[in-house]
Amino acid sequence: MSAGLLGIEELDRTEIEAILARAKDFQPIQSQTVKKLDTLRGKMIVNLFYEASTRTRTSFEIAAKRLGADAVSITASGSSVSKGESLVDTLNTLAAMRPDAIVMRHAASGAPHFLARHLPTPIINAGDGTHEHPTQALLDARTILDRRDSLEGLRVAIIGDIAHSRVARSNVHLLSKFGVEIVLCGPASLLPVELAQLAPGVRLTTDIREAIGDADVIMMLRVQLERQHEAAFPASEYFRFYGLRLEHLDLAKPDAIVMHPGPINRGRELSSEVADFQRSVILNQVENGIAVRMAVLEKVIG
Amino acid sequence: MSIVIKNGRVIDPASQTDRVADVLIVDGRVAGVAPNLSSPKAEVFDATGMIVAPGFIDMHVHLREPGFEHAETIESGSRAAAAGGFTSVCCMPNTKPVNDSATVTSYIVERARRKAVVNVFPIGAITKGSAGEELAAIGAMKEAGAVAISDDGVPVMNARVMRRAMEFARSYDLPIIQHCEDLNLSGGGDMNECANSVRWGLRGIPAAAEDVMVARDLLLAELTGARYHIAHISTHNAIAMVDYARKHGLAVSCEATPHHFALSDRDMAPYDSNYKMKPPLRSARDRAAVVEAIAAGTVSAIATDHAPHPGSEKMQEFERCPFGIIGLETAIALSLQELVHTAKISLNRLVELFTTGPESVMRLGRGTLAPGAMGDVTIFSTELSWTYDVNQSHSRSRNSPFDGKIFRGGPVATVVGGEMVWQRG
Repeated sequence: MSAGLLGIEELDRTEIEAILARAKDFQPIQSQTVKKLDTLRGKMIVNLFYEASTRTRTSFEIAAKRLGADAVSITASGSSVSKGESLVDTLNTLAAMRPDAIVMRHAASGAPHFLARHLPTPIINAGDGTHEHPTQALLDARTILDRRDSLEGLRVAIIGDIAHSRVARSNVHLLSKFGVEIVLCGPASLLPVELAQLAPGVRLTTDIREAIGDADVIMMLRVQLERQHEAAFPASEYFRFYGLRLEHLDLAKPDAIVMHPGPINRGRELSSEVADFQRSVILNQVENGIAVRMAVLEKVIG
Repeated sequence: MSIVIKNGRVIDPASQTDRVADVLIVDGRVAGVAPNLSSPKAEVFDATGMIVAPGFIDMHVHLREPGFEHAETIESGSRAAAAGGFTSVCCMPNTKPVNDSATVTSYIVERARRKAVVNVFPIGAITKGSAGEELAAIGAMKEAGAVAISDDGVPVMNARVMRRAMEFARSYDLPIIQHCEDLNLSGGGDMNECANSVRWGLRGIPAAAEDVMVARDLLLAELTGARYHIAHISTHNAIAMVDYARKHGLAVSCEATPHHFALSDRDMAPYDSNYKMKPPLRSARDRAAVVEAIAAGTVSAIATDHAPHPGSEKMQEFERCPFGIIGLETAIALSLQELVHTAKISLNRLVELFTTGPESVMRLGRGTLAPGAMGDVTIFSTELSWTYDVNQSHSRSRNSPFDGKIFRGGPVATVVGGEMVWQRG
């Protein structure tokens, strides 16, 4: 197996710190007039997206280009993927073109792990099913650290459809390694009790007020009740019991920040007022996405 | 044609035999079990230091023929059976077409007669196409050679259909075998619902999916008086219910697979489809309950659920891979390792689980070395050290989580109808 980035779970604290520190170096470049470096000049990155994703794909593409690499993006529709070619065959074909890394998003949990066992090319996981989304957790940590000196001892509430969230899992793994107190919150049908065993420092609650109480960070997850094909929670009730509203923020620390991996559903998981709230850092997350992905690409290929 | 197997420890629970003796087989039948037997023209096999037992029966295999010959054939599956120490196998009906008619049953019987090196007994479908709706031609399949009925691979979800099927099975004096899984509860799951399924983001199959169907079926078995058998039992609650039903006199039984007593969900390698099967590998508690139930006698038989799938189908995203692993060649070794070497059961009990146990359910007229019995013999060692190399398997498929495993004890030679059909090379 070649060294790519499959998940946060396998990383240790030092490796994460190194990526976050490097991402900080890349932050100023985002606002320069000339944004391009030549660190990865001559390198080739393939973005292979089996699930539609405008923001993550674009973010990786921009990150690659700002490092001077060439990036090719392939989406599931309009390629051999839709002609019934198996995943292994597609990846073998791509690997034969000798890219320096493959950035991959796939709806099946473990798809990049399975491929990494059979391919020489480093694979960067850009989200696999309901398993992990490592660069999202890294950019979230970068965003928190832009406002706090350290992660140690913070209290973070993650609220929403935890069961189906790769963002939640990667964040739990990352934050737990830094001694964060993590509260996961959602309706019981979206909050399996086994989540408490995911990493040290994790607590579960079905009460959003309890979750938010004294929190430094409130992470809201995108809720796609219509895609679950089962009665996990009545969609009409979701916002009433698990949507974040302005009055909730009084329960959190006075300087608590609100995060969301996007794209947001106004009126579904958070109110429009919260989305536009001054301590909502959703757009900072997007901006940090590029710096963090530059750091990851440099680590994997550089 | 005769063969004499000399100086082995003969264990035949059916005739309460456990002593060092020779076994003489003449014209396909057991002629005698006694010291110093000989016959002028008999082939001689020296079984000194080995166990000589009635031919082992695997009451649950998938031979994939007709329809899926790229995965297995009756011939290749029977060779894997022989190499695993089995002399008789019962093959499930989920072929293409499904074995839901006398025509398909006869085809399997005929193919087996020409190609198989062990005895092959077909199991007919409960419902047409195993679709769970309309009953199959059960009586006609029995006349053609079916020894039981099952829709294995899928359960009969409709309780009313299951009730009628049990009544028909009783009329024809056939056992009815159920794959217990409430499909609404298991709903697209890929592994046991547990800490690892949540960690890996894989959809879980709760133990309750098995338990609720076992509960329903035991009530229906009481209602109908059917001989009801649960395939591959895997949860502690299901076992407790079977135990309760048996103690209350119901004609119910169950089997356990080697993988369910050898592995738990903690032993899975992440996203490795060689650990993907139904029922899924369960919790450590469930695994321990299966071992205890085997020792206590609640489990009547060890069956492999040998389920070949070609590499191309297992080389996919985990959630797209089919369920099932091959198991014929590793069953005895895993049973010795997990049950006998750990002193959970005696060697006699082990032999029962592969002979009189399945025989009591399936009534094949086998499973003993009494004089006049069919000349099927399994010769195995409890000490032989060997390594399982799945690439050398006689099966056409390679989907086993036990590749490369070093075993203590395993099959040495297999005799079917007085003929040596396999010997360890």
